[in-house]
Amino acid sequence: MHFHLTGEQQAIQDAVRGTLADSWPMERIHAFADGDADFDQQSWAALMALGLGGMLAPDSGMGLLDAALVCEVAGEAAAAGPLIGQLLTVAAVAASPHDYLRNPFPGESRGPEGKGDLAKWGPAFVGEQSVLAALASGETVATLVHGGSGYVPSARAADLFLIVDRATGVRLVPAAEATIEPVKAADRTRPMSKVAIADGAGETLFAAADPMTARLADAALVLVAADALGGAQKVTDMSVAYAKEREQFGQPIGRFQGLKHQLAHMALDVEPARALVWYAAYAWDAGLPDAPRAAAMAKAHLCDIYVRATRAAIAAHGGIGYTWEYGLHYWFRRAMADRVWLGSPAEHRARAAALAGW
Amino acid sequence: MDLSYGEAAEAFRAEVRAFLSLHWPPPSDTRGSDLKAFIRTFRALATGEGYLYRAIPKRYGGSEQPVDVIKAQVIREEFTRARAPMEVGGNGMNMTVPTLLEKGTEEQKELFIRKTVEGDYVWGQGYSEPGSGSDLASVRTKGELSVDGKKWIINGQKIWTSQGMQATHMFMLVRTEPDAPKHDGITYLLIDLDQPGVTRRPIRQMTGEEGDHTFCEFFFDNAETPVSWQVGERGQGWYVSRTTLKHERASIGGADGLGRQFAKLVDLAKEVGRIDDPVVRDKLTQIEGSVLSHRYSSYRIFSCAAAGEDPGPVALMMKLLLTEIGHEMALLAQDLIGEHGFVEPAGAGGRGNRGPRGPEKWLDQIMGSLGNSIAGGASNIQRNIIGERGLGLPRDLAMSGER
Repeated sequence: MHFHLTGEQQAIQDAVRGTLADSWPMERIHAFADGDADFDQQSWAALMALGLGGMLAPDSGMGLLDAALVCEVAGEAAAAGPLIGQLLTVAAVAASPHDYLRNPFPGESRGPEGKGDLAKWGPAFVGEQSVLAALASGETVATLVHGGSGYVPSARAADLFLIVDRATGVRLVPAAEATIEPVKAADRTRPMSKVAIADGAGETLFAAADPMTARLADAALVLVAADALGGAQKVTDMSVAYAKEREQFGQPIGRFQGLKHQLAHMALDVEPARALVWYAAYAWDAGLPDAPRAAAMAKAHLCDIYVRATRAAIAAHGGIGYTWEYGLHYWFRRAMADRVWLGSPAEHRARAAALAGW
Repeated sequence: MDLSYGEAAEAFRAEVRAFLSLHWPPPSDTRGSDLKAFIRTFRALATGEGYLYRAIPKRYGGSEQPVDVIKAQVIREEFTRARAPMEVGGNGMNMTVPTLLEKGTEEQKELFIRKTVEGDYVWGQGYSEPGSGSDLASVRTKGELSVDGKKWIINGQKIWTSQGMQATHMFMLVRTEPDAPKHDGITYLLIDLDQPGVTRRPIRQMTGEEGDHTFCEFFFDNAETPVSWQVGERGQGWYVSRTTLKHERASIGGADGLGRQFAKLVDLAKEVGRIDDPVVRDKLTQIEGSVLSHRYSSYRIFSCAAAGEDPGPVALMMKLLLTEIGHEMALLAQDLIGEHGFVEPAGAGGRGNRGPRGPEKWLDQIMGSLGNSIAGGASNIQRNIIGERGLGLPRDLAMSGER
C-alpha cells in the first residue's frame, strides 16, 4: 500500500511553492487586488515554465493527483490565474476526437479540408505549434466555464473558454465568440467576468453522454477541493504562527487553552481532510467506480472546511485579522468563491447521496 | 498512490488462509472446556506459524517476528474474516507485556509474560484515582516499605479499571516518595489481586450497564506486593508507565468499525422512513465526509508506518476525530429515532443476546459516544496534545512542569 506522497510529489510541491512565493508576496497580492487586471502574465509564465500546463496530458506521466497537489499550493499562495481551467483544457483537448487541435499546421492556414472550421479559431492558432502544445506551454490561456455561462476567472485574459456542462457536454470556444462583462469581484485574487456564450459556438469536444464529460466535471471538483485544502492549511498555519508571537497578559496568546483549542480544531478540520482530496484524485486517476462520488464529497467537505477555517483564522487573529493590510481576507474571499464555484456543498452532498443509491 | 498491499502480501494472505482453513473453526459440537482447549491449541499453532504475538520473544511464548505492518494487517484481516481468535487482548498484552519487555527484570519477564500471553493472567490498570484523572501524576495511593524492606504495603483507591472483575493482577502507579516533585515520587508496581487487602466493586455506568464485565473500582487496605515486583527504579514509575507498544501498532481496524457504524446510521434512516428527507441526506453526507477523512487518513498513517515514515500531526488527531464524529452521529441518530427515544432499549449498554431491539437500541451509541470523550485521554487533553505537540504551541503555564 502506498497512500502518502512520494519524494517526487513533495519536490513538485516545493518547486511550485517557491515559484509562487516569489510571484506573490503580500505587497504583490495587494497591488494586484487594487489593480484592474484579471491575470498576471509574469507569475503565469513562471508557473508554466515549470511545465505545469501539460500535467494532465496523457504523455506527462502525471495525473489528477499531481495536478491537485499543484492546485493545493496555488490555493495556499492565493495565486491569480486560471490554473484549473488550463489543466482541464489540456486534458479535454488531448482526449478529444479532434486531431486538428493536436497537430501543428504550418503555413498560413491551419489546415486542409475536413479538419474542422479553422477560421473561427483566428490567427492566434496558426503556426508551427498545435493548439494543444500552445495550451500545455501556457502560451495560450484557457479558463473554465461551469455550465453554459456565468462567472469566469481571468476571462479577459483567456484565449479559449472550456465549457464543462454535465447537461450539454464539453465545448471549446475561442474568446472572440464569447461576450465578456467584467465585474468587481469579491475574490480579489481571481477577478471574474460574466461570460455569455451562444449555443453552438466553438467546437464540441464531448457530448453530454460521453463519459469524458462527467470525468472532466469531476476533475474540476477535485481541483477546487485542492485549492480549498491549500487555503485552509495556509490560514491555519498563519493563525498558529501568530498565536506563538502575539503576546497579551504577558505571554504568547497561543498558551491560553481557549485559543489553543480553537487552533487544534482548525487543524483537526483540515489535516484529516487532506486524505479525502488525495483519495478523490487517486480514484479519478485509477478510474475507480466511486470516483464521481469521491469528487463530490471532496468538493463539498473541503469548501465547507475552507470557509470555517478562514472565519476561525480571522477570529484567532483579533483586530489585525480584520485589517485590509494584513491580508487574511484574501483567503476568506477566496474560500467564499471556492465554496460557490461549480456548485455549493449542499448541491454536491445531494449528488453524493443520490450516487450512493440512498 | 496504490491501495493494494502488493504481490508479496497477497501470497502471504494465501498462506494465512490455508492455515485458517485447516485449523479453524472447531467442530460444531465443541463446547465449554473443550472449546477453551481448542482455542488454546489454535493460538499455539498460529503463534508457531508467526501469526500471533509477533513482538514477543520466543522464550516468553511469542513468535518473535520482524516488524511488518503489512503482514500484521493481512493477518488481522484474514483472522477477522474467518472469525478466528487472535491474541488475548486487554491491558496485559497492550501495556504490561511491552512495559516488562522494555523495563522489567529477567525474573519479572519469566514470571509474567508467558502467563499473560496464554491468558492465565488478566491485568487491570491501576492508574486513575477519584482525585487523579487527566492529572494522572497526582496519584495519592500510597506505597510504603515494610519494616524488613522486602514488601511494599499499599493503601488507597484506584478507579475505572476495565476487566476489573476478571483481573488476576494489576499494574499500578503508587506514591512512594511523598516529598519528591510529583512526577518523581511515583513507583510502578505489579500486584496479585487475590489477597485480603484488596476489595473490588463494579461501577454502574450512566448507561445502566453493571455486572462482571464493566469497569471496577479497587480499594487497597494494607495490600502487599514483593519489592521484586517493582518495575524500574523506585520513584521512576511515571517514566516506566510511558512505555507503550509501538510494534505494528498501525492498523486500519478503527476506520472499518466507524464505517460500519455509519452504514448502520444510513440503515436507520431507511428503517424510520427518513432517507428521502433532504435535511437527513445532507446531514448524513456531511458526517460521511468526516468518516471518509478518518478512513483515508488511517490509510495514510498505515502507509507511512509501512514505509517507516512519520505521518506527522494527523496521527495525534485520530482519537479526537473519532470522538467528534461519534457525537455527530449520536445527534443525528437521536433525531432519527424520534419517539423511540422514549424507550429504554433492552439490556441497555450491556452485552450478549438481548433479544430483538428496535431503533431505541441507538441509545447505546448515543451514550457510548460520551464515554469516548473521556476514556483513553479526555477530549480537552487531546486538544492540548494537538495544539502543543502537533502545532508547537507553548504549554499552559499551569502545566508547564508536566512531562
